[in-house]
Amino acid sequence: MSATIAMAPDTRLRRVLRQLARQPGTLLAAAVVLAFVLVAVFAPLIAPFDPLRSNFLAVRRPPSDLHWLGTDEVGRDVLSRVIHGTRISLMAGVIPVLVAVGLSVPIGLIAGYRGGWVDAVLMRITDAMLAIPFLIVAIALAAFLGPDMINAMLAIGLASLPVFIRLARGAALAVRAEDYVEAARAVGASPMRIALRHMLPNMAPPLLVQASIMAATAIIAEASLSFLGLGQQPPAPSWGSMLNAAQRHMVAAPWMAIAPGLVIFVLVIALNVLGDGLRDALDVKRH
Amino acid sequence: MIRILALLLALLAGPVLAQGTLRIGINEDPDALDPTTNRLASGRQPLTALCDKLFDVSTSLELVPMLATGHEIAPDGLSVLLRLRPDVRFHDGEVFDAEAVRFNLDRHLTTTGSLRRSELSALDSMEVVDPLTLRIRLRRPQAYLFLIILAERSGMMVSPKAARELGERFGSRPTCAGPYSFVERVPQGRIVVQRFPGHWNAAAYHFDRIEYLPITDSTVRLAALRSGELQIAERITPTDLPQLRADPRVAIAAAPDLGFHTLRLNTGNGPRGQVLGRDPRIRRAIEAAIDRRVMVQALFDNQYVPGNQFVNPQSQYYDPGRPVPGRDVALARRLLREAGAANLTFTLLVPAERERQEAAQFIQAMLAEAGITMNLETQDNATMLQNGQRGRFEALFTFWSGRPHPDGNSFTHFSCQGPQNDSRYCNEALDRLLIQGQEATEDGPRREAYRAAARIVADDRPVIVLWHRRTFTGLSARLQGFVAHPDSTIRLSGLRMQ
Amino acid sequence: MTRFLLFLGQRLALVVPTLLILSVLVFGLQHLLPGDPALAMAGEEMDPQAVDELRRKYGLDLPIPLQYWRWLTAALSGDLGMSLRNDVPVAELLMGKLGITLQLAVASMVIAVAIGVPLGVLAAARRGSWADRIGSFFALSGISVPHFWLGIMLVLAFSVHLNWFPASGYVPFREDPWRSIMGFVLPSIVLGTGIAGVLMRHTRSAMLQSLGADYVRTARAKGLREKRVVLRHALRNALMPVVTLGAIEFGQLLSGAVLTEQIFSIPGFGKLLVDGVLYRDYAVVQGLVLVSAVLFIATSLVADMLYFLLNPRLRA
Repeated sequence: MSATIAMAPDTRLRRVLRQLARQPGTLLAAAVVLAFVLVAVFAPLIAPFDPLRSNFLAVRRPPSDLHWLGTDEVGRDVLSRVIHGTRISLMAGVIPVLVAVGLSVPIGLIAGYRGGWVDAVLMRITDAMLAIPFLIVAIALAAFLGPDMINAMLAIGLASLPVFIRLARGAALAVRAEDYVEAARAVGASPMRIALRHMLPNMAPPLLVQASIMAATAIIAEASLSFLGLGQQPPAPSWGSMLNAAQRHMVAAPWMAIAPGLVIFVLVIALNVLGDGLRDALDVKRH
Repeated sequence: MIRILALLLALLAGPVLAQGTLRIGINEDPDALDPTTNRLASGRQPLTALCDKLFDVSTSLELVPMLATGHEIAPDGLSVLLRLRPDVRFHDGEVFDAEAVRFNLDRHLTTTGSLRRSELSALDSMEVVDPLTLRIRLRRPQAYLFLIILAERSGMMVSPKAARELGERFGSRPTCAGPYSFVERVPQGRIVVQRFPGHWNAAAYHFDRIEYLPITDSTVRLAALRSGELQIAERITPTDLPQLRADPRVAIAAAPDLGFHTLRLNTGNGPRGQVLGRDPRIRRAIEAAIDRRVMVQALFDNQYVPGNQFVNPQSQYYDPGRPVPGRDVALARRLLREAGAANLTFTLLVPAERERQEAAQFIQAMLAEAGITMNLETQDNATMLQNGQRGRFEALFTFWSGRPHPDGNSFTHFSCQGPQNDSRYCNEALDRLLIQGQEATEDGPRREAYRAAARIVADDRPVIVLWHRRTFTGLSARLQGFVAHPDSTIRLSGLRMQ
Repeated sequence: MTRFLLFLGQRLALVVPTLLILSVLVFGLQHLLPGDPALAMAGEEMDPQAVDELRRKYGLDLPIPLQYWRWLTAALSGDLGMSLRNDVPVAELLMGKLGITLQLAVASMVIAVAIGVPLGVLAAARRGSWADRIGSFFALSGISVPHFWLGIMLVLAFSVHLNWFPASGYVPFREDPWRSIMGFVLPSIVLGTGIAGVLMRHTRSAMLQSLGADYVRTARAKGLREKRVVLRHALRNALMPVVTLGAIEFGQLLSGAVLTEQIFSIPGFGKLLVDGVLYRDYAVVQGLVLVSAVLFIATSLVADMLYFLLNPRLRA
């Protein structure tokens, strides 16, 4: 048993990678994401200005030769802030997703596999979680644990957990009744094996799609949280908080919203294309 | 079918405004519309339509008659005689008289959770001289201040009958003697009032119906004005003014505003009061590092007024001996060295509100140039209020909406027992001056008292006043007769569409 | 049928404990939050005596478990308490806003499903084509464009410049049906396009998955026309995640679309919740949480029933 499990990922991994390499779109998307990572790592080298340095006499200036993307409400260089903001925003877009996926897979599997009361109780818990106002959780965390970035990431991850649980459970549920699962059960395959071999692959596509969608929501949610006192506090830049700050100046200084909005958009597209590619590569039945 | 569609389209494209309705966009949803318990600034807008006051204040903050036609202050300042307007009726047909005034002031004093009680605390007893005359005796000789307070929510008269019948639910069906009577309220949606034909001055009010719409987003409030859905939009952001000036459909009315922003520094509220409270030179250094003019220029397109006292520099109570200081980074560094606080670090609590978030980042950057590290911590308003009270702060970024009488800007903030005095700043000489100000009936002595008080506050700096607002109201270009007031409350008399 | 009844019974049996535990949790959490409702209520008019009186009047000075007990016993008899901020019974507040919230949620969901699902099917059926790419681009725009930005842009374009729709402000249906409906158009577009994006991505992915499945291949092998294969066989199964997501999104719309409500000044649950939390108006938040929990339970029940309808084998 241990041998088959050890074998399976290895051959599958190789196939997945081979599959991925065959898709130019996916490679491009991967390159874009990698570029964002590099920008985040080397932000201080790339950014033309200090992202925190204010020029009191040049606030809300439109793009110019000096400031390619203009300046913000405190006279800081928007381009430099977008570059430095990559750090927090990448983290905000990725870590909560990992939290949500990591927790939802086992819970969804159990609910979908066991069904009945176990499923019913778990689902009511997710219903209840959905009904708890995020705002209260955010203010409570900020008050008790302080404005820590990790808490903010956890809060976002937990808040989006119910969606992932329901998707995972729905996918598990859908294959539970499939002939091949019934067959596997009939020949006495262990629940673990059924879960990992049959249910997990079916869960991957919806979770991947949701994960790549959630990146966008999480990046924006990070800013809302920091505005309530949880997470990165001003003046540290993040794309979400730049968007937030731009709202008051939508008409007078539209460039303040466009730059961070555009990078979020590009990152989200790249993550989604990457997710699609991964989905295809994992899709066993296509080959 | 096509014709109906065409008709609908035509209706849609036409002006949204029904003749006779005035739609006013306000910046937040008011709380319950009961003069006794109302507390938000936004509540004053609909209450002005609904409830006439005993007095009003003019644009120059002078007392003018409203439901009271005249007043006499006794020479000792300990009692005041109110003469009331005859033939005034409440919306429910009840007669307004001295008995009603007595009922109202009593209601302010006795209702559970009344927010008017402390400002009326000087009231000792009332005597109905005749149906249109009321004598009020005071515990302390502060008759003038008392009258000014009757020009605010404390002076709004509600129908005693309705108040008795509705009890605690009065705020959901306010029945007063104002030019408009209550129609309906959709919480957070709108407040609708209609013209009260029985008003004592009904001829001065031309609109049949007024709708107050809470629109919190200033960009959208402006858009609704420009598209013709609103005829008045309050609190236009200064940086949006150029946009308005370019649009022929709208006009702007501007006036100085009583409101001002301050940094409240903890000078003695718990252990955290040590950081900035231990040496006045530290607080002076913070002020010296701030460039108010640059901030007002950058944040508000120069539309606000840099200030350093609890009244506007144009006010008669402003002490000319303490003008708004310029920035002096070298001085700030020197003061810090002298006070032994060369690497000063402290945290400023900022509410979750854009304007102050922006300003706080400016101040942070300016202080950094003087070697001061000011961390920012965002807190929601309720959290910040409590932390302020309990002394869990070094500095708070606060706003005060301002009062016509300087007492309202100073006593609660700086007197030793003042309920707004989160700094726990205490100076007996200042307390004496503030009481002198309360008790002065003549302009001269009052001015002297407040100027002297302002000097002490400006020197000791339990707060650093930053700037005074100006109020900008967006108007439909067709609206006539609008007068902007320093208290930002929209007076409805004389308003009409051209 | 008996299986179905059993399933339904199981569901309903859990509703009461779920609500009870949730109400304890939210009550506790709210009361642990820093900030004092009476203080927040008094604000600039802060007067220590008035604050004390307010605390006593609303029982805020009692121990938290006792406060909860009082709330619970009253709630069981239908009294959800008073809103401190508005001086109105919470039940009345909620009832007044239910219709508005429902109107916005249904309108947004109709837009979302009408755009999202067909676009997803099309994208999957013509995978890699321009239709797929443009559809995905549209969907991802819907997902990543912030609501406030889209909202304000629509207001500027359609209200300020074209004057087609009102920018803001709610008009009751009974007063002026036409203006009332027009007022919901822009906010429903803002909310609907965002959700349409989510639905489109999930439909597409699930369609691709089921287009490769055995039964679809069988159907194809049997010589069924492609359109029929796509719509009858593949779509049916692909709708599982769409139903899951749709139910959650709908539930979330029903518990309030904060930002969009704020921009368009629609007095729904979202605005009420935010004000409730920020003013520590405990009873309002408590009431809203209960209502939205019931709505979430109901939508997930509907989702599960749809699962059974879509996939008859699950019933076995």
